[in-house]
Amino acid sequence: MGQFGIGQPMRRKEDERFLKGAASYTDDLTLPEQLHAVLVRASFAHALINRLDVAAAQAAPGVQAVLTAADYLADGLGAMPCMAEIGCPITRLPRYPLQGERVRHVGDPVALVVADNLAAAKDAAELVEIDYEPLPVVTELAAALAPSAPQLWPEAPGNLAFHFSHGDAAACVAAFARAAHVVELELVNNRVVAAPMEPRAALGQYDEASGRLTLRFTGQAVHGLRRQLAEHIFRLPPEQIRLIAPDVGGGFGMKNFLYPEMILVLWAARRLGRPVRWLGERSEGFLADAHARDQIAKAALALDVEHRFLALKVETLANMGAYLSTHGPLIPTRSSSAVMGGCYALQAVDFQVRGVMTNTAPTDAYRGAGRPEAAYIIERLVDQAAHQLGVDPVELRARNFIRPEQLPYRTAAGQTLDSGDFAGTMRQALALADSAGFATRRAKSEARGRLRGQGLACYFEATLGIPQEAAELRFAEDGGVELVIGTMSNGQGLETGYAQILNEVLGIAPEAMRMIQGDTGQVPTGGGHGGSRSLQLGGNALFKAAEEVREKGRALAAEQFETALADIQFEDGIYRVAGTDRSVTLAALASRRTQGRSLLDARGQYEREAFSFPNGCHVTEVEIDPETGVVTVERYAVCDDFGRLINPLLVKGQVDGGIVQGLGQVLLERTVYEGGGQLLSGSFMDYAMPRADDVPDLRFTTNPTPTPTNPLGIKGAGEAGCIGALPALVIAVLDALRPHGIHQIDMPITPEKVWRLLRQAKAAA
Amino acid sequence: MYAFEFHRPSSVADAIAALKAASDGKLMAGGQTLIPTLKQRLAQPSDVIDLGGIKELHGIRQDGNSLVIGAMAKHGEVAGSDLVKSVIPGLHELAGLIGDPQVRNRGTIGGSLANSDPAADYPAAVLALNATIKTDRRSIAADDYFTGLFQTALADDELITAISFPRPEACGYAKFRNPASRYAIVGVMVARTGGGVRVAVTGAGPCAFRLPDFERALAGSFSADALAGLSVSPSGLNSDMHASAEYRAHLVRVMAQRAVKAVR
Ligand SMILES: Cc1cc2nc3c(=O)[nH]c(=O)nc-3n(C[C@H](O)[C@H](O)[C@H](O)COP(=O)(O)OP(=O)(O)OC[C@H]3O[C@@H](n4cnc5c(N)ncnc54)[C@H](O)[C@@H]3O)c2cc1C
Repeated sequence: MGQFGIGQPMRRKEDERFLKGAASYTDDLTLPEQLHAVLVRASFAHALINRLDVAAAQAAPGVQAVLTAADYLADGLGAMPCMAEIGCPITRLPRYPLQGERVRHVGDPVALVVADNLAAAKDAAELVEIDYEPLPVVTELAAALAPSAPQLWPEAPGNLAFHFSHGDAAACVAAFARAAHVVELELVNNRVVAAPMEPRAALGQYDEASGRLTLRFTGQAVHGLRRQLAEHIFRLPPEQIRLIAPDVGGGFGMKNFLYPEMILVLWAARRLGRPVRWLGERSEGFLADAHARDQIAKAALALDVEHRFLALKVETLANMGAYLSTHGPLIPTRSSSAVMGGCYALQAVDFQVRGVMTNTAPTDAYRGAGRPEAAYIIERLVDQAAHQLGVDPVELRARNFIRPEQLPYRTAAGQTLDSGDFAGTMRQALALADSAGFATRRAKSEARGRLRGQGLACYFEATLGIPQEAAELRFAEDGGVELVIGTMSNGQGLETGYAQILNEVLGIAPEAMRMIQGDTGQVPTGGGHGGSRSLQLGGNALFKAAEEVREKGRALAAEQFETALADIQFEDGIYRVAGTDRSVTLAALASRRTQGRSLLDARGQYEREAFSFPNGCHVTEVEIDPETGVVTVERYAVCDDFGRLINPLLVKGQVDGGIVQGLGQVLLERTVYEGGGQLLSGSFMDYAMPRADDVPDLRFTTNPTPTPTNPLGIKGAGEAGCIGALPALVIAVLDALRPHGIHQIDMPITPEKVWRLLRQAKAAA
Repeated sequence: MYAFEFHRPSSVADAIAALKAASDGKLMAGGQTLIPTLKQRLAQPSDVIDLGGIKELHGIRQDGNSLVIGAMAKHGEVAGSDLVKSVIPGLHELAGLIGDPQVRNRGTIGGSLANSDPAADYPAAVLALNATIKTDRRSIAADDYFTGLFQTALADDELITAISFPRPEACGYAKFRNPASRYAIVGVMVARTGGGVRVAVTGAGPCAFRLPDFERALAGSFSADALAGLSVSPSGLNSDMHASAEYRAHLVRVMAQRAVKAVR
């Protein structure tokens, strides 16, 4: 329906607000009488607290309270829950927002200082005296499992929190036994820090009369977190706690969890009877935001004599950090297992994951959350297989893809795949990349003394997240339409996508739509933002609500014109009696109100029937300067299958952002804890995020095969870019290095790493 | 940040007076190093003396065969100056490689040299071009100026007013950037000057230093190939999460060769 409907590359309607500085982030909110909180954090990675003396801090000017773990326990508040359910036992380690006896990573909170202003709070924080007795530290996965390793938790002997298994181990053994070829790799998926533009922030408020707590914070979801705060922390009925997330400056998964600071500002506000605010500094973000990835996988692929894949075996060690974060154990396990095996016809999968505790920041979801790890393993194995067997990686993939005529197909990982055209998508990506011209480009690079490589990866993912969503449409008296919805835009353009769906069904102008999100006081239920779910689930809920509005309007029009429903036609926001000039607008009907509500107000609910499986093919070319080891990304092309696109411009934005995030992990982002557990990469002076000049032009096309599993046929696009980018880029680097005898490299591919490998290879030759 | 007294003098003399009167005063140029240090509470000066209001510290001019750059000249001004570009193109290029646009629009040459960060770019130019550091009380020759890690020949209450760069016959700069901060992991400037070839390295050691054997080789034959057989010892070089001493030593040779190729 015209330029604002589904499928149109409409510009983002929220950008005016964001670009003009009119957005309202948590730190922009102030409340009368508010106090400022600062955390005293552990300077040791592992230590006993022998003495904690807050008397001097408490006596400092302007200080209202200095709170410790002892106060927290005395107030009878609960431990922070780990919500992950992964089908196997997890040792639920007790995590409190303040540590009183022992700290387990640098940045672990020990005391909360609340004062009249920030400077007073910071001054007082320096007066908190802590006597630490340092304990041995372990930060690395392999070291943490060694028999002599320092132990973090008596509850988790051997530093092991869980052992997850998925697939059919016996079938896998049998398949490997009859395999003609076996390809094996050990792969590191490096630890990354999300570092969104807006740091974490929280503002707690308490209303004494009602006993209600209100938390304003920068988050990706409100309802689930409210439940955790109510049930596990404050032990209150959920309606006694209101969570409000205003505009959010990026989350990438990291803002989906319960953090100590959220609890602490609420608790302090209740104790002091005044609002308490906390704004995380960038260095605190590095230390105490949930980190991500940090896995080592031993992986093997079995092939038959015709190079058909038989089975995949993966043993992953996943670094959980010092505590189990809200969803921590879910990420390396069930978020990976659904897509283990990728878009290939395999007979068996055996996937084992051990969750390991170390003296590092807890890990949890980060864009892709488990699927990038899976895609990386599979695509690296497939590429390795092609080289080991001396066959073309493109042909090897084509031979093993699940084919359209096999759909719906039950994968070895236990999922039912409904749609996808993997060979077609790969062909389109190769064409877009001008793969045929690669040899010429490589020769040109070589003439300049540079090594050039091409990498191809076919990623396959599943959109996850909370499976149901509801949308309510309310026609306001001023002519505006309110969309009340439980998804959560963190800046990804959701408001625009929803406006287009509304425009498509009802002809309502995008400006007329007002989105209400992120407030448990205004939105009754919701699943928030995560797993590429928002437009897929929220969009379908809205679609249903809009259809409901349309049909309510049709019934009202039929009644008004005393005609049969079937005679009423609806187009461009107008109901007409077929074959007559009688008509009434949707707006006119919407203005008919009873008990303060429009007769057209409607609610739509959608529950996911099955995962959807976005997939695609990334083709990239890199150049390596052999003298310095520097890798530059020269070309990048993607063909994605996201099903139906609501707005190709928004989707391209998601794909671009995802690819750049992947590029960051592959080439730049290196999280380094030194042996004593201090974070060396604790600021942007050392933690390298990608910049515009690190990124080439990103070419993008789609090969949509709409999914029959939801009315709109959407597959979800938010994470895909960063899932495909990891294997594609690393495979390209290896393609450049293989002629020099280098067949394995781990992320992040830093210049010194490449230089060393080339030097070793030269020495060996 | 801790509380401090703030001054904004309009002359060098007033700045020095304010500095002397303070129990622990700090001069502030663009604040690019000073402000983050204060914000992280790593320093607690009693007084901060902002040099921004002192006219005589600003500006870039030619003085005979030298280029005189005021201490408060921002990197962006040097990188955007046609005068610098025509007199010492290599210096013009170096300034454009510093940090990012935000840093270049605040950071100053005086602040950079007073701070003497081991990874800063200007020190390589100062040494290679045999510049003179002018202060409120004297002139310091480049070879005497850098004394160690964040250490210079400046007295505690001494203020840089300008830097005078004699025009070289030609010079070139090559930089290997820290991927995060974009400071120099290794930066090498090579210059042909009236007094011979000078090669200066920044980023690799505790402070900028010259490479006499590279200079000799280039004096014999001014070409990248002349350096091919040379190497630098890693001993004493910096080592961090981005580059080991060994890698830095290698990069010094590579960047020196690239600097020779970049000479204009
Ligand atoms: C993100 C980032 C990236 C950077 N990248 C680079 C890079 O790539 N290359 C590079 O060379 N530099 C880089 N820098 C440094 C920057 O360019 C500045 O040169 C440096 O920070 C000094 O800043 P300033 O001039 O604002 O001095 P200030 O921070 O104001 O002062 C620094 C010190 O010098 C003293 N001082 C200042 N002026 C004088 C004076 N006239 N006389 C005596 N003492 C004085 C001050 O008291 C203070 O101790 C980077 C900085 C940042 C923050």
